[in-house]
Amino acid sequence: MKRRDFLKYAGAISLAGCATTPAKSRVVVIGGGFGGATAAKYIRLWNPAIDVVLVERESSFVSCPISNLVLSGDSNMREISHGYDGLARHGVQLVRDEAVAVDAAKKNVRLARGGDIAYERLIVSPGIDFNFGEIQGYEAAMQSGRVLHAWKAGPQTTALRQQLEQMNNGGVVVLSIPLAPYRCPPGPYERASMIAAYLKRAKPRAKLLVLDANPDVTSKPGLFKAAWKDLYAGILEYRGNARAVAVDAKTMTVKLEVDDVKGDVLNVVPPHRAGDIAVSAGLITHNDRWCDVDWRSMESKKVPGIHVLGDATLSAPGMPKSASMANNHAKIAAAAIIGALDGRGSGPDPKIINTCYSFVSQTEAIRVSSVHQWDADQGTLIAVKGSGGVSPARSEAEGTFAWHWARTIWADSLG
Amino acid sequence: MHKRIFALAIAVTCAAASAPATAQDLQGRNLAASCAICHGTEGRIATKDSPLIPLAGLPRDHIATQMRAFRDGKRPATVMHQIAKGYTDPQIDAMAAWFAAQKR
Repeated sequence: MKRRDFLKYAGAISLAGCATTPAKSRVVVIGGGFGGATAAKYIRLWNPAIDVVLVERESSFVSCPISNLVLSGDSNMREISHGYDGLARHGVQLVRDEAVAVDAAKKNVRLARGGDIAYERLIVSPGIDFNFGEIQGYEAAMQSGRVLHAWKAGPQTTALRQQLEQMNNGGVVVLSIPLAPYRCPPGPYERASMIAAYLKRAKPRAKLLVLDANPDVTSKPGLFKAAWKDLYAGILEYRGNARAVAVDAKTMTVKLEVDDVKGDVLNVVPPHRAGDIAVSAGLITHNDRWCDVDWRSMESKKVPGIHVLGDATLSAPGMPKSASMANNHAKIAAAAIIGALDGRGSGPDPKIINTCYSFVSQTEAIRVSSVHQWDADQGTLIAVKGSGGVSPARSEAEGTFAWHWARTIWADSLG
Repeated sequence: MHKRIFALAIAVTCAAASAPATAQDLQGRNLAASCAICHGTEGRIATKDSPLIPLAGLPRDHIATQMRAFRDGKRPATVMHQIAKGYTDPQIDAMAAWFAAQKR
């Protein structure tokens, strides 16, 4: 598609109240996850005079939060999948394609199916991709379908659920966790809990072996370990300092630094980095993995005019790579970009809330919360002293809140 | 320079009804936006049977008083006591004013 054609198409579907204004400011957003979808929506909500184009390769959004309940059979893919029609109602122009390159000098995004989109400001919210090379044999094992990460909710979530269902009672599930930082600090431990919950219910002779590259549980350790002791003793075995260095799908083996572990289902999560487009757009600043940003605007510290959101960022101190954070990064970026484009200011330095719920059984959850604000001396967002904390204990009340948090953040990001 | 003038011209032509007029409005809007992950966009909860409180259109004094009660440990909570401790009085007032001004 030629650019001119694209613009014609974009113009035709524009719902903006000022559609007749000849050349409006255009913000292009790459990636329709919690970060990108929220940014697209909030720019339109706060200033409908700005054109917003969202480039997303998938037809629907699939939520990582709650996806561990798909593995246990307590939710399903339909429940965690959402269309982008809510964003269209806000006048966001949806382009189903993959952004493959960014020309920051010409302010253009190149699409996989051909054609460029010009932008005044660009938001890159690419989520994560994996450093498969850090685990020998991983890509071949994954392509064989026998080793999965299921760390992007989607087809691998369905496939892992099927493997768990097909496994014999008495089988061994291996869950391998990468070194932090990775997407969703409590996610692996919630997954361990929910797989154990499924095994306890459906295959009581089966075992789950959790191999953590980190020395200990990295998030809510006391609450997770209490749940495992109370609910899953004899089913779930946890080993810290157990980093996977190789996998072999033929022998169904995970090789650790010191020994080998065999399993019937191998859920091996490789180390992460910022998503591919952040690499090709030259946004990576740290360890070949993450993108540092100015937290007052989310603008890249490397490439002006490009704002990076969500898991792809070099996390501020104590800030998790979470859905809540990506959603709130988006609002920082929306305020800053609107302020820059309409000249009416973007408000004071940012302050944002994180809340992450984790299920530990079918009905009970635990939570961690924090409030992060700009600190001029440190030049980053830091947790406000005295704020935040975790649940006193796992409870069904937190489980109820967890479901409503999920439904509300889905609606806030996409609705 | 041309771009800036043009941007301003657009802002004037297309001034959105919801666009904040003052720095305090912007502060309230931005702070309140963070609450939306649990309390819904602009304080309106889209889902049914939610135990979470929709804040849009609640009286300003009520919101501010409750936030201070959470912060000072006078009202029990599952999470709000931990979050409210992250906010100053002027920030609470700015959020309360903004939520109070939203349509239910």
